[in-house]
Amino acid sequence: MITLRDVHKSFGSNHVLAGVNLTVPQGENMVVIGGSGSGKSILIKSILGLVKPDSGQITVGGQDVTTGDRDAFLARFGMLFQGGALFDSLPVWQNVAFRLLRGALKRPRDQARDIAIEKLRRVGLSADVADRLPAELSGGMQKRVSLARAIAAEPEIIFFDEPTTGLDPIMAGVINDLIREIVTEMGATAMTITHDMTSVRAMADRVAMLHGGVIRWTGPIADLDNSGDPHVDQFIHGRAEGPIATLR
Amino acid sequence: MRILAYIGAAVLAQLAAFGRLSIFTAQAVSHLARPPFYWREFVTAVVQIGWFSLPVVGLTAFFTGGALALQIYAGGARFSAEAVVPQIVAIGMVRELGPVLVGLMIAARVTSSIAAEIATMKVTEQIDALVTLSTHPMKYLTLPRVLAATLVMPVLVGIGDIIGIFGGFVVGVERLGFNSSAYLKNTVDFLQVHDITSSLVKGAVFGFVAALMGCYYGMGSDRGAMGVGRATKGSVVAAAVLILAANFALTEAFFST
Repeated sequence: MITLRDVHKSFGSNHVLAGVNLTVPQGENMVVIGGSGSGKSILIKSILGLVKPDSGQITVGGQDVTTGDRDAFLARFGMLFQGGALFDSLPVWQNVAFRLLRGALKRPRDQARDIAIEKLRRVGLSADVADRLPAELSGGMQKRVSLARAIAAEPEIIFFDEPTTGLDPIMAGVINDLIREIVTEMGATAMTITHDMTSVRAMADRVAMLHGGVIRWTGPIADLDNSGDPHVDQFIHGRAEGPIATLR
Repeated sequence: MRILAYIGAAVLAQLAAFGRLSIFTAQAVSHLARPPFYWREFVTAVVQIGWFSLPVVGLTAFFTGGALALQIYAGGARFSAEAVVPQIVAIGMVRELGPVLVGLMIAARVTSSIAAEIATMKVTEQIDALVTLSTHPMKYLTLPRVLAATLVMPVLVGIGDIIGIFGGFVVGVERLGFNSSAYLKNTVDFLQVHDITSSLVKGAVFGFVAALMGCYYGMGSDRGAMGVGRATKGSVVAAAVLILAANFALTEAFFST
């Protein structure tokens, strides 16, 4: 279980997180929705320690994220970055097996390659792509490789940052289904940030809306359409009129 | 009063920048003593920085050595000292031009490449991805490059010195009419171990500076294409200026009487 208590983070006068309280139950996929620039990525990066909150407490499985062995802590996570964040200089299989080629989870090279190819197959890619460089792949294939890398070391917790951004609707649907299947079969706790409502409905167990630096509403996906929160209603129906200010 | 405030702010900004660079340098060096060490990245950096720089180093040194021979001959003729061409080419290349020109070529070729690569990695979240994969960016990106540059630069400078002297030799023998064996004998007899040592030490220092500046500016890059461009430009300027300043300090240390 991931718990955030009164988490604050500001960049100058911009209060991106202004007292976030959120609980992500174990084994569920919590999808955080919110407009562009609402602080969704900062939220995930704060949990991982990539961004240091100004105040508040974040715990994972009851342990404060700022204490304990950092490598062991990070080994529990997998993350799919918005742009893929694949390492340009490494072939696809070495990207997928990155964690398995070094550090505490290091394995023999042949074994790491076999696992990488198995994970590539799991996300619908053939072994042919294993030796290609990321730049030689399409956007959809890069997302799949990034997904394969996120699950390669069988993490307990997986974060997905805008997993369908930049993909056509069909490929976005394929990625949504893949994430849903993989999270379910691994029994992992997941946190997804997106503003794509199709993704939300396809993969969420629970939804939280981040707006104005705080969680405006959170609840099961089944309650999303009857949240009673005007911010959530405006967002999920994509209306220009409502409490969320828009620029025209 | 406003002018004083501007001066104060500028001084504070420079001191802060110096502090950040010092901390970055200390962190980079401290990782030498802390495992793991990424050998594969180190070997790749040795090949990228050392092997692939050989053509540009060779061409730069050859033409500089040749031009130096012509200049010394023309200048020496004013007071009937044309015969000193082999000695001055040797001392000029080994003590100064070899290390400085190779250092500047490495700043242009390697520093810019390291800064642009790391800055792009930062902008595309690859550095964040490294961290989430339990890999310290300083260990994986900075240390292998800085160590590789520090170790291969003396070799590059040594090769540059030899090719530079050879350039002077070719011009001296083919164009200026020197006897080839006399030219070589004068060169070898005149050079001292101290000259060669200073050249190689300068090479190591310049390599360290060149790679460190690439990594420092790359890691500190702002977002977007402009951020990458600014980081690349800043790294080359800083490396070139620091190499020239370090050259003066090392020359003073080695040869002051």
